Amino acid sequence: MQAETLSGGFADPAVQSAHAFRSVMEAMARPGTIQDIGGAAPPAPLSKAAGAVLLTLCDTETPVYLAGEVDCDAVRAWLAFHSGAPLTGPSHSMFAVGSWEALMPLSAYPIGTSEYPDRSATLIVEQAKLAPSGATLQGPGIKDYAYLSLPETEALQANSALFPLGLDFIFTSGNQLAALPRTTQVS
Amino acid sequence: MTDQSYNFAYLDEQTKRMIRRAILKGLAIPGYQVPFASREMPMPYGWGTGGVQVSAAVLTPEDCFKVIDQGADDTTNAVSIRTFFERTARVETTTATAEASVIQTRHRIPEEPLSKGQIVVYQVPIPEPLRFLEPRESETRKMHSLEEYGLMHVKLYEDISRHGHIATSYAYPVRVEGRYVMDPSPIPKFDNPKLGDMAAIQLFGAGREQRIYALPPYTQVVSLDFEDHPFEASKAAHCCGLCGAQDSYLDEVIIDDAGGRMFVCSDTDYCEARRAAGHKGKDAA
Repeated sequence: MQAETLSGGFADPAVQSAHAFRSVMEAMARPGTIQDIGGAAPPAPLSKAAGAVLLTLCDTETPVYLAGEVDCDAVRAWLAFHSGAPLTGPSHSMFAVGSWEALMPLSAYPIGTSEYPDRSATLIVEQAKLAPSGATLQGPGIKDYAYLSLPETEALQANSALFPLGLDFIFTSGNQLAALPRTTQVS
Repeated sequence: MTDQSYNFAYLDEQTKRMIRRAILKGLAIPGYQVPFASREMPMPYGWGTGGVQVSAAVLTPEDCFKVIDQGADDTTNAVSIRTFFERTARVETTTATAEASVIQTRHRIPEEPLSKGQIVVYQVPIPEPLRFLEPRESETRKMHSLEEYGLMHVKLYEDISRHGHIATSYAYPVRVEGRYVMDPSPIPKFDNPKLGDMAAIQLFGAGREQRIYALPPYTQVVSLDFEDHPFEASKAAHCCGLCGAQDSYLDEVIIDDAGGRMFVCSDTDYCEARRAAGHKGKDAA
């Protein structure tokens, strides 16, 4: 087993995951805001932010789908050791990680049921960079307007049209993240 | 003083992850009740076990924590929960609303407007607003999924036909973003207008009923009403006997056996701050 498999987890799990969760929660509650997140050092090509989100939210109860490049031995072993999350395909995943292109199409993921719309996947989308510019966001959590660099608008518009069903997104880059719940109107 | 025999914030990490996932889905679907596997806590149901579990999942050691029970910082429930997190999460605590980063509340929203960095955690006894109209969970879930809320309006209409006005004075149902009807917990309807467009994040935890729901900041929250019977945020028609405030929610206090009574602010921090600033009511010593 490689050394990098065993390292790179939270050194102080209770406190570091609490901090990481607050970043994720702030991001999800205020779509478009960019938050710092840290504590994890996952193997490439996973970003530090995506690693921290996975360690904070995933465990043996959450099937994870690794899409494209991140579906490599190093990431598989690291995630297995630190979270124990079972790996699965997109249709049974609660969380999915990868680049936007690798994660497509969105129709592959569970969007919840009308009685349990919370039983839907959260997609962790790795991006080269996050910037508070680009697409215009409106909706709960946003005072007037917010702006965020999104990989695409059409698929996200179709996703928010499914409300109260739909997918939720966490965009990660380096040690930063932003989020886009299904309620946000993208234009 | 920290009790090292407990994990940070009492709950184990797997439980916190489960609660945190529920909170995120709650924020993504405002007003929708997310089921979660509520744990037994070292306090009985009805004493804020839902709120305590949400607070435990949200707190970091750097937070400043405030607990209010019907607006008061100094009642048994508030004092014991505050001490619980002092011991298990090493957090600083306060009674000042503006200084707190996380405020756990039972049945009130502080008078002072809340700001961006703050999180409000509500203790909820019955999260389902339709429960007293329809006891079956399978049915209420279907009603939410079909947006079938006519029954709630019938209930408010029956109030009007019986009392001449909408007599529901607390746990007054609201509609969130034009979709889910939500129980705002038993806050007085005086507090309902503060729910919408709030700068702080609002999280609701019901321990016994195993539900978490949430309102992100700046969410549209409308109290249900009729065109000819518009919603009214009512309070006792008095001013505070201690600080003279006219705009705060008041508690009625019986002061002798001869029917004597006084009205005081339910929000003790608000009242104390006003008195410290020199305001004086008619009953102040």
